Amino acid sequence: MAVISSETIPVTSEPDIVFVRRRVRETAAQIGLSLVDQTKVVTAASELARNTLIYGGGGAMQLESLNGPRLGVRLTFSDNGPGIPDIQLALRDGFTTGSGLGLGLGGTKRLVNEFAIESKVGQGTKIIITRWK
Amino acid sequence: MDKGLQNRQAGLSEILTKDESSLLADWLKEMSGSVRRSDLIKESELRSESALFLKLLRQGVDSGGYDIDGAAWQPMRELLAEISRSRAQQGFTPTETATFVLSFKKPLFKAIRTRFEKDADALATELWSATALLDSLGLYTIETYIKTRDAVIRRQQEEMLELSTPVVKLWDGILALPIIGTLDSARTQVVMETLLESIVKTNSKVAIIDITGVPTVDTVVAQHLLKTVTAARLMGADCIISGVRPQIAQTIVHLGINLLDVTTKATLSDAFRLALQRTGLSLGRTSNHTAQKTA
Amino acid sequence: MEKIPILRMGDFLLVTIQVDMHDRLAMALQDDLTQKISETSARGVLIDISSLEIVDSFIGRMLGNIAAMSRVLDAQTVVVGMRPAVAITLVELGMSLPGVRTALNVDAGMELLRESLNGHEGIRHGSNF
Repeated sequence: MAVISSETIPVTSEPDIVFVRRRVRETAAQIGLSLVDQTKVVTAASELARNTLIYGGGGAMQLESLNGPRLGVRLTFSDNGPGIPDIQLALRDGFTTGSGLGLGLGGTKRLVNEFAIESKVGQGTKIIITRWK
Repeated sequence: MDKGLQNRQAGLSEILTKDESSLLADWLKEMSGSVRRSDLIKESELRSESALFLKLLRQGVDSGGYDIDGAAWQPMRELLAEISRSRAQQGFTPTETATFVLSFKKPLFKAIRTRFEKDADALATELWSATALLDSLGLYTIETYIKTRDAVIRRQQEEMLELSTPVVKLWDGILALPIIGTLDSARTQVVMETLLESIVKTNSKVAIIDITGVPTVDTVVAQHLLKTVTAARLMGADCIISGVRPQIAQTIVHLGINLLDVTTKATLSDAFRLALQRTGLSLGRTSNHTAQKTA
Repeated sequence: MEKIPILRMGDFLLVTIQVDMHDRLAMALQDDLTQKISETSARGVLIDISSLEIVDSFIGRMLGNIAAMSRVLDAQTVVVGMRPAVAITLVELGMSLPGVRTALNVDAGMELLRESLNGHEGIRHGSNF
């Protein structure tokens, strides 16, 4: 599997979320994802970027386009926030902490082909999602 | 570059230059015994491919060492890609395709053995690098072969999917989508997209999904149907599901699928009647009709 | 700060969202709209989202909130023009916007509002789904 392009976008403010959406859309369109798949991956990016900002206290997203065996786009969100104590719970539909934001990660997971999460309490969270063509 | 590697390359390069014609002859003989599919490929074609392979192999070894991902191997990679593409389309098996490259081992090893007869160390090293080189070229062939096949399969799938989802307009503002055959995730996605796009295009308030031709409805299919109905509703259109056979109704209930929020009808005509009602229209027999008949 | 314009058309308010909204703008719209409903005693609100390329859970929740708040203020909300790709994604995400009425475009939305204000039953959308 080869990485065609890679860039890192900071996620530290609300306008950053808008920029993340735009860059993910451009990249997804470039590798030729269908309109629906573009929309899904952009929406997933928007959800995760907001989580990174609100729950992770800010972080960054790495945006990569991949080749092999198929074309795809991979997003890695990382933050140094408080981490997620119970990942299974966070993946459940409708789960949210406190403020009523976020749908839980379950919905986002359904929008992509691959979803991986690593989180250490007190150290931060890293979520990697991939959408293949 | 260390001296040993330089020598080795020089060795292989020399063999490829000096013994080119005998290597080619041996190789073609080798292939005629094993992989040559005379039903699929002409001898002259195979000969010119093999000659080109030898030439590019020498060029690659001369200029770029043994790393076939390097720029020096670009022409070779193109040749192999072309060969495996055409082989895949001609109906060669993956084994037959890769053996084109791998069958070169025997003649090459023979030539190496002759040259390094008196130096066991050099012979072993030389054989090892030659085998590694040919293996990686062989694997590259397989990889391209599979990619080509994948592309073909994907294209066919897409074509089939597009063919299988005709959206028909029944009336102003009323669409119907008759589904025939099994619904899986990929197909439902296409069905859903086609239907929703048509709703926008034709400005239709009601869409009828007819499942008379769907053999079974399991949990997954039912969920897909539900999703389609919900998506249409988000856009501002109503969906009616028609063609629910008694057997399917039973399955749905046994599986505990909640279709309460979805309007279902037994037949397409029932659904059509309801759709007309919802768009503010109604069907009635005109007295003219009977008049014409008797006239 | 930029704002999303709210147009008044008789008894109705029309909001056309044409920008890629960041969260604060969405929150501001919620405030402005409830304010405007009560100021103008509007009976209906049309939110045209046909320019929106995505609706994520935040915007989805905002639409739900606006619908619920305007109901309390005795106005009906209709969300119009959601794109197919956006609708598919929202459903997959698990948001079906219960309680939000929808229509294909502004015209259809307007018709729906008129029908329900005249006491006629239009095509019923919303909570029964």
